[in-house]
Amino acid sequence: MSLYFTLRRISHMVLVLLGISILIFFLARILPGDPARLTLGPEATKEQVQNLRHQLGLDKPIYIQYYMFLKDLMRGKLGVSLITKRDVSKDLLQRFPATLELVCFAMTLAIIIGIPLGVESALHKDKFIDYFSRIFAFTGVSMPRFWLGIMLQLIFAYVLSLFPLTGRISGMPPRHITGLYILDSILTGNGRAFVDSLSHIILPATTLSLSPLAQITRLIRANMIEQLRKDYTIVSRIGGMPENLNIYKFMLKNAFMSTLTIIGLLFGWMLGNAFLVETVFSWPGIARYGVNSVLRKDFNAVIGVTLLVGFGYITVNFIVDLLYRYLDPRIRLRK
Amino acid sequence: MKNLSQTKNVHKGNISRALYRFTKSPLSLIGLSLVLMMVFIAIFAPFIAPYPEDAKNAVHFKDMFQPPSLKHPFGTDEVGRDVLSRVIFGSRISLMLGVIVLSIAVLIGVPLGLLAGYFGGIVETIIMRLTDIFLSIPSLVLALAVSAALGPNLRNSMIAISFSWWPWYARLAYGETLKIKEEEFVEADESLGVSRIYIALREILPNMTSSLIVKVSLDLGYAILTGASLGFLGLGAQPPTPEWGTLISLGRTHLPGMWWLSTFPGLAIFVTVLGFNLLGDGLRDFFDVEVE
Amino acid sequence: MRTDEPILRIEDLAVYFKTIDGDAKVLDGVDISIHKGEVVALVGETGCGKSVTGKTILGSLPIPPAKIVRGRCFFKGKDLLSLDKDERREIISNNISYVPQDPMTSLNPVFTIGEQMLALIRWHGKKRAGLRAFLGRYNKRDDSWGKAIELLNKVKIPSPEMILNRYPVELSGGMRQRVLIAMSLIGNPSLLIADEPTTALDVTIQKGIIELIKEKVEEENLSVLYITHNLGVARKLSDRIYVMYAGNIVETAKTSELLDSPLHPYTQGLIKSIPKLTGEEFRGIDGRIPDYIYPPSGCRFHPRCDRAIEKCSMEKPKLLRIKDSHSVACHIYSYKEVTSVIDERSDITG
Repeated sequence: MSLYFTLRRISHMVLVLLGISILIFFLARILPGDPARLTLGPEATKEQVQNLRHQLGLDKPIYIQYYMFLKDLMRGKLGVSLITKRDVSKDLLQRFPATLELVCFAMTLAIIIGIPLGVESALHKDKFIDYFSRIFAFTGVSMPRFWLGIMLQLIFAYVLSLFPLTGRISGMPPRHITGLYILDSILTGNGRAFVDSLSHIILPATTLSLSPLAQITRLIRANMIEQLRKDYTIVSRIGGMPENLNIYKFMLKNAFMSTLTIIGLLFGWMLGNAFLVETVFSWPGIARYGVNSVLRKDFNAVIGVTLLVGFGYITVNFIVDLLYRYLDPRIRLRK
Repeated sequence: MKNLSQTKNVHKGNISRALYRFTKSPLSLIGLSLVLMMVFIAIFAPFIAPYPEDAKNAVHFKDMFQPPSLKHPFGTDEVGRDVLSRVIFGSRISLMLGVIVLSIAVLIGVPLGLLAGYFGGIVETIIMRLTDIFLSIPSLVLALAVSAALGPNLRNSMIAISFSWWPWYARLAYGETLKIKEEEFVEADESLGVSRIYIALREILPNMTSSLIVKVSLDLGYAILTGASLGFLGLGAQPPTPEWGTLISLGRTHLPGMWWLSTFPGLAIFVTVLGFNLLGDGLRDFFDVEVE
Repeated sequence: MRTDEPILRIEDLAVYFKTIDGDAKVLDGVDISIHKGEVVALVGETGCGKSVTGKTILGSLPIPPAKIVRGRCFFKGKDLLSLDKDERREIISNNISYVPQDPMTSLNPVFTIGEQMLALIRWHGKKRAGLRAFLGRYNKRDDSWGKAIELLNKVKIPSPEMILNRYPVELSGGMRQRVLIAMSLIGNPSLLIADEPTTALDVTIQKGIIELIKEKVEEENLSVLYITHNLGVARKLSDRIYVMYAGNIVETAKTSELLDSPLHPYTQGLIKSIPKLTGEEFRGIDGRIPDYIYPPSGCRFHPRCDRAIEKCSMEKPKLLRIKDSHSVACHIYSYKEVTSVIDERSDITG
């Protein structure tokens, strides 16, 4: 993998991030709504508002405001949240692991179920399993996420009492190492916390993973059907390669690589839909924090959440790009 | 002359083959009928709904929280309104939202993509970088941020969704333009000195219509889904408007007892989105185009 | 002339492809026999169905859209077409091997040559591979490593150890074809089916690959079905030639006999159109290969044939033995007087 590529990719990333910050900043500042008025509430006098505007630098030209905002951002400062009255970056840092855990768990589910389902659908094209996975896929992408979550709550939490209704853990969280409860409870050997957090994450993760799962299944299916027609597949099949090895190693690596870019995009989709799922399941992540700040017009928090989500999405796609280059010798070895 | 008629015949053959493929796929036909059904319901809502007045602020306290029955197939809500009637009227809001959002997205995105693809150079760089920036924020998050800034109501939620949606069309039009630009007839026009704007509008635009139609029909479902999501979060239509997402959000507070309040509006969203997805998928086979 | 049972005998094979407009009758009653140790060339224009014949034997036809309408394909006395999938696969992977047309697309691009060869050597012919096959790469102390080196030496690849660590993208077309030939020898096959193995290669490399195949065929005592559109290549390699036109065998004879005294008007046209410099594609005969969905009635060649008689458009000619191992499917030769004329002529030339 060339250093040149990595550097170019990183500089592109920085540019896009800068773009996002401008976009979000101007969105928050230009559009109606005065942050000073909102901070002080409707009872404050005009003078009080004027004072705060001056204090916050809101009376300066917009580009100077942006410059100040950027300077603060570089030092990791995102301003104070109107709701929690704490620094937004602290709020985000505290809530980020919950979202990360939810999204990663959901993506893992989508991949480990989607791949075999897609492969089997391709191998049994137009047979029962293929129709099943096709209908499943259409259902999966068409269901409103929040409604699916509510239905799962209704069935599995209210009626069957199999899983808890909301939240991330009932008892004490495991000792803080990464902030991901499942991982931390494994690392600390805390069996109770493991079962506790696992049972909490099942329903929200299922809700979040259904549509990506459906999409991964369809993509793997399409790519595997293409692989089945490839000359190298036919050659090694005639040569006596065992079917399971040919399919799940030699064909699947190719099929998976063509799916990789989409998996990166699906991360973005999940980050967006986490806003709905965290709301339904009262999951204490950045998305629920974002929804609350949006509803309460907490601008600093909205800017912070949006930047963090954008940053997370860009980073994931960067990693996916690197991984793709690493996996594909055709790109890796190109001079 | 003979040549011309031949190509026409080939074209006709392709269409009848495509039509054959479309009608042979039961899922596409199901999709088409679901969409037609929803459109029909939306147009004739006042005649179909058993209690049209319940779509607004009607109050019948003696009927509140009735479970589904023959009289109220979807039950009644906290002030005794018929949920079925409200769901039927909700179809008007969702379909309208989908159509308006995509019209705006197409009207902004396609010209920008055309410009970028056709003229290249600095125009291309600026427009496509801008597109990259918009696309690197998940669309639901961007729509949330915009509707937060604008204030929660139906109109603003439509603006917010369009704002996050146009880049996809810019990208589609850009890609199609690059592809079509290479084709012979455009090159021939260029060498004849036909004006660039004429080429863009008369040659390139019509050639991307099939991709556009497929993308729009697939996206209609997702736009409706996004609209309902904003409604659910409280950023879309406000009560008493019977918007589906809002209905689910309100009904959720009465779980698990009054399960019908959120179940049926959700089913309505599901059926509508499913219809558009199946139809879009069928159209993709019909036009034989690849769209993300 | 041999009298023993042929190693491969195809009888009346008909393969159709389903399309929206109707069935494309791509193979329409094909008969081919290959005896032990014999190199048989199957010659015809692009699209005449010769690759489909090869694929049918190898069981790699895409079914559907293809369907085998009738016919049998005996390999060592067993009809491959009537066996179930697993049995057929087992027989093919242990006895028949395949050298593909395009070496550029016939190796998996995301695995090294070593990963591909060693997996095939280690797990060849097994029903399922163990978990170990999916994990890790490979071990130089493994038996299969030694076998891979041995095979690569056989196909004259310099520094085989290095090649095993290379990805296909790092090798030239000729090198890849050598690797593929090496891989085809893994199962100690008795029949080799080569589908235009040099078409995709540079003219300068073609010769080396043909030489190599010839050498391996002699060394390993292989029977061969060599599919090609190039009569020049067929002349160099084969003992006998089958000429195929639009899904029918129109003529077969010993290579020298067929080239010296061709009988079928199509074969005669083919031979006339061989350029003097061997290795180039022939220029062909006027007209195009017919529509397979609505093929010409009677003899499929009659619309392009300058010697066609009335009967040609009405009745399909059978493959008739004219002398020794020389057979032809053409109505001109079903008249006695013509046959005798031919005999005279071939006496003079022979």
